[in-house]
Amino acid sequence: MRYSAFSIVKNALTGNVNWKPAWRQPEPKPFYDVIIVGGGGHGLATAYYLAREFGLKNIAVLEKGYLGSGNVGRNTTIVRSNYLLPGNEPFYEFSMKLWEGMEQDLNYNAMLSQRGIINLYHNDGQRDAYIRRGNAMWMEGVPAELLDRTALKKMLPFLNFDHARFPIMGGLLQKRGGTARHDAVAWGYARAADRLGVDLIQNCEVTGIRRDNGVVTGVETSKGFIGCGKLGLAAAGNTSRVGEMADLKLPIESHVLQAFVTEGLKPAIKHVITYGAGHFYISQSDKGGLVFGAEIDGYNSYAQRGNLATVEHVMEEGVTMIPGLSRVRVLRSWGGVMDMSMDGSPIISHTPIDNLYLNCGWCYGGFKATPASGWCFAHLIAKNETHPVARFLRLDRFERGYPIDEHGAGPQPNLH
Amino acid sequence: MASLIHCPHCGVRPKEEFSIRGDASLVRPDPEASDEAWNDYVHIRSNPRGRYREHWQHAAGCRRWLVVERDTFTHEVFSVADAASAAREAGR
Repeated sequence: MRYSAFSIVKNALTGNVNWKPAWRQPEPKPFYDVIIVGGGGHGLATAYYLAREFGLKNIAVLEKGYLGSGNVGRNTTIVRSNYLLPGNEPFYEFSMKLWEGMEQDLNYNAMLSQRGIINLYHNDGQRDAYIRRGNAMWMEGVPAELLDRTALKKMLPFLNFDHARFPIMGGLLQKRGGTARHDAVAWGYARAADRLGVDLIQNCEVTGIRRDNGVVTGVETSKGFIGCGKLGLAAAGNTSRVGEMADLKLPIESHVLQAFVTEGLKPAIKHVITYGAGHFYISQSDKGGLVFGAEIDGYNSYAQRGNLATVEHVMEEGVTMIPGLSRVRVLRSWGGVMDMSMDGSPIISHTPIDNLYLNCGWCYGGFKATPASGWCFAHLIAKNETHPVARFLRLDRFERGYPIDEHGAGPQPNLH
Repeated sequence: MASLIHCPHCGVRPKEEFSIRGDASLVRPDPEASDEAWNDYVHIRSNPRGRYREHWQHAAGCRRWLVVERDTFTHEVFSVADAASAAREAGR
């Protein structure tokens, strides 16, 4: 069923009893040409583009829980392409362009809201760094705008401009940045992939990767053995565990990142705003809750929950930036397991095993990359060659000495 | 993560006094070691879900480096030892 205003009216008039499930619940077939491990945003997007863009049939996505139960449903929904380095920026801009056409493409309302993202700066050095970043964006054809204090005061009067230690001097604005409804992105890709014949198999945990003569022949799962021609891993925080099944040695650590949402408020914060003196970011959801987060907790963790010290730190950052936040009540907080790479940038790559492909290392920035990650990973799997915008995101960049280190923090995942 | 850590030098202290560096199982290779050995040391991590040995520093206390063994899923802390003693015991 195609979703439209007409279909809503028609179903409303007939008692809303004729809606069909958005996707099937198939049992696994004995063999698929391509299996994707991980039914999150990236895995579902990969399956969708494999089927639509690259014309492959006989594809399955295996998910150990329910679709979208990982980080795609646990993030702060920010979409942007304001990166500095040439290895990253074209990739994220490709993603931004896909976001802009995605809802029509998928026939699904992902509630993309290009409200603008503003990165605040607090001193001259930081201003210069943002000018450089803005120029780097322009060089890739991505509009960026530097706002001074006067302009910013008009736009965001509620900020703490005259803080004694971190006064706000201005900000870098990407107008096309914004937010999208995270669950709807997973559901939209799932539904669209299902309609193209992709089998989405839930509650199916991969427990082993079977190999013969150095190539993958299939996966052992909680629903039995499933054979495959090619295998793609998009397991995010659990990448190391799945990779271990194929003896991959990976530059990944799993860390926990927390996020928070407050009670619903009247419209107060129009943009996505990030704090320059810390790592705090905030936006307001369409439901009215303020959605915000900050750094990872800083220690390896596979638990989807974090530490109170980090909660306190996040609140302090938020109140320092917007004093009015002190009277808002937090409703919920949660944690997600991030696949932190050693340079803070992602990996979409071949592996030492010919028909095994890897998609990981998204750190805490995977949501915005969902469409491009899916597209480039599908390109890699279907054609066995790297997509041009993802050509720097190779697994072997670490041993070759070409890390893409946006923060300049070195191979220390808890600092990215 | 446990809220209190038993530092072998300072006794029971709040976790926030410590900073965490990472994997304690890595051994720095010889300066003349192969590129592969150095790549493994700098970039490759076992990243287990379960028991994990980590280097922590008691930054707001004795400033000694420690080896903390804990579980990366349950966050239970099993043991805290002085890193120098741990290295001597391992014969390094």
